[in-house]
Amino acid sequence: MIAKSYVESLATKGTRIDGRKFEEYRDISIEYGISSKSAEGSARVKIGDTEVVAGVKLDLGNPYSDRPDEGTIMVNVELIPMASPLFESGPPSINAIELSRVTDRGIRECGAIDFKKLCLRKGEKVWMVFIDIYAINADGNLFDACTLAAMAALRDARFPTVEEGDVIDYKKRTDTPLPISRLPLACTVWKLKDKFLVDPLVDEELASSARLSISFTEDDEVCSMQKGGDGTLTLEEIQTMVELAHTSTKNLRGNFK
Amino acid sequence: MSKLLFEKKQVVVPGDIIAEGMDYLPGKGAFREGDKVISSRLGLMGVKGSIINIIPLSGKYQPNRGDTVIGYVRDMSYSSWFVNVGCAYDASLSMRDATSDFIERGASLSNYFAVGDIIMTSITNVTNEGNMDLTMKGPGLRKMIGGKVVEITPAKVPRAIGKQGSMISMIKEKTGCTLFAGQNGRVWIKGPTPEAERLATDAIMLIEEKSHVQGLTEKVKLFLEARSKEIKK
Amino acid sequence: MKYEKRYDGREFEELRPMEAKVGVVKNAIGSAMFKIGKTVAIAAVYGPNDLFPKFLQYPDKARLRCHYNMMAFSGAGDRVRPGTSRRSKEISMVTEKALLPALDLQDFPKAVIDVHIELIQTDAGTRCAGICAASLALADAGLEMKDLVAAISGGLVGQTPVVDLDKQEEDFPNGAVDIPIAVLPRTGELTLLQLDGEITKEQLKITLEFAKKGCDKIYEVQRAALRAKYEEAKK
Repeated sequence: MIAKSYVESLATKGTRIDGRKFEEYRDISIEYGISSKSAEGSARVKIGDTEVVAGVKLDLGNPYSDRPDEGTIMVNVELIPMASPLFESGPPSINAIELSRVTDRGIRECGAIDFKKLCLRKGEKVWMVFIDIYAINADGNLFDACTLAAMAALRDARFPTVEEGDVIDYKKRTDTPLPISRLPLACTVWKLKDKFLVDPLVDEELASSARLSISFTEDDEVCSMQKGGDGTLTLEEIQTMVELAHTSTKNLRGNFK
Repeated sequence: MSKLLFEKKQVVVPGDIIAEGMDYLPGKGAFREGDKVISSRLGLMGVKGSIINIIPLSGKYQPNRGDTVIGYVRDMSYSSWFVNVGCAYDASLSMRDATSDFIERGASLSNYFAVGDIIMTSITNVTNEGNMDLTMKGPGLRKMIGGKVVEITPAKVPRAIGKQGSMISMIKEKTGCTLFAGQNGRVWIKGPTPEAERLATDAIMLIEEKSHVQGLTEKVKLFLEARSKEIKK
Repeated sequence: MKYEKRYDGREFEELRPMEAKVGVVKNAIGSAMFKIGKTVAIAAVYGPNDLFPKFLQYPDKARLRCHYNMMAFSGAGDRVRPGTSRRSKEISMVTEKALLPALDLQDFPKAVIDVHIELIQTDAGTRCAGICAASLALADAGLEMKDLVAAISGGLVGQTPVVDLDKQEEDFPNGAVDIPIAVLPRTGELTLLQLDGEITKEQLKITLEFAKKGCDKIYEVQRAALRAKYEEAKK
């Protein structure tokens, strides 16, 4: 347990618990196809000791009445008790729900997936894309890890075969990837005293007064934002955080070759 | 004829048959089944005379009377504090055992210890039901100001301290930090700079990782010297 | 329709390739991954911790709680709806009963030890893989155990006795019998026994012998995994 006062005193001295710079990420690794027998797409992402796994399942269903020619996505993040002594059993906590919705927004709003190409028959049958993300070990920065894992699993995904009568044969996977046209990634910037840092450890998250998650596409467009924490942010601070997130997401994108 | 099937310091797992014959007796972490002595824990085989003890490599802290531990003040009632020492339930520190001062009726207990404080305290009693009593009256027992706490497996604390304190003294000397290792696996570190504190932390984590390896003192010494050179550059 | 050759070419008494690793979830006090064929289970142990409400506490020992869960994308075909189900609750319970006889929980009165089991990918034999992983995680957590617990499913495919059925074999058109068991390998005592299907007493005897032998092989893999954690650090 590292006390808030200690983390703050380190920040004032310009350093962090593990000696990283404020804009430095821990080592990142992405492994694809970790559940390839069961999931249409899957990935494991590690940022330092934080580990999450994501899986994509595809199913055919009816479109929404106001979008008859579009497929759908649903993002679900589970903070399972395995990952941290702070997570409890039961239905998703508000933190898990926020993670789900923020990750969803980052992918949906910029049109990363071309929903029209997920349409089988207009008004009748569309593909539904389910992205399920599980925290395996929570050591800070679940926001960025979840977006990375979701995008990696989506890229790993391949359509199953559809037989006559719209029956899906999950055992016969095709080589066709999902219609992904953009690669949005999130960077969450945290405000600690008067410093801004990325990729926090849990003790740094607890010592921070506010956070701002910002998603960028590869063509430098902001495609989603979410402020969290009990503290406030000025317009100038937000500008600083947006710049930091922009640089960070460019670097993060380098993990996808 | 009794015989040992494992050597000292070998890794044993639950269910391993360590000795055959009635001459060997099961100590901590072992039990007898028929004429065999069997390991009940994951650990290192140890034998002293005819008693087989398993030195654990993992596991949560099990409190003993007389242990000095580092605790976190979690809560308080009108006459006592509840302190987390790393067990399933909090230990209890009563007003009477906290200080020799005369405490006025109705005085605020948080003048002495507040929620969130880190204290070095001693266990005076452990009951069968797992209740623990603490005292702050004793040499060196006090509230810790500043610094950070690093947690290691309680079973590895003897290695972190070393024979007659040799390991912990070496870390203190080479990093310039003050260190106190509680029996509950919590090590309090305070140094002149964050780099020094990080170095001491990394040395402790090295011991945590390699506690079962021979020549550990030498390894830690070399590690500290190499890192000190890097810092000086 | 006779089952003369196994779909994946294994011998009837042969288990699928196995892999086990200990200490895979850093935050947990003990953890392990157990993989058999394409079934992958992770188990993490937390505790002993405080237990509320009070009426759940045992005055003289800790309570063991197992939580089995399949990840939404780990099923054979359709997505598995997140959350508990009657199936997952039953498996959690039989897992707990399978592990309890191995444990000595008297050191931690009134406390609780939670074992979380997650399936990342499945190809039958999930409850057994979960028990194997959980047993390793409990040992990794430093708890007192009189033995590890090894689990495997025996059974019949068609009328042929086999060990370690995969999903394809469970779905054999002419019927299959699935018999998951768990044992304390040193003494051979069973701690889990379930049966799903139709079988004669003679066939039952044979399949149980097969399964017990299978558990011995699992035991070797488990013990090696526990030792490997410390052998690795030695280098």
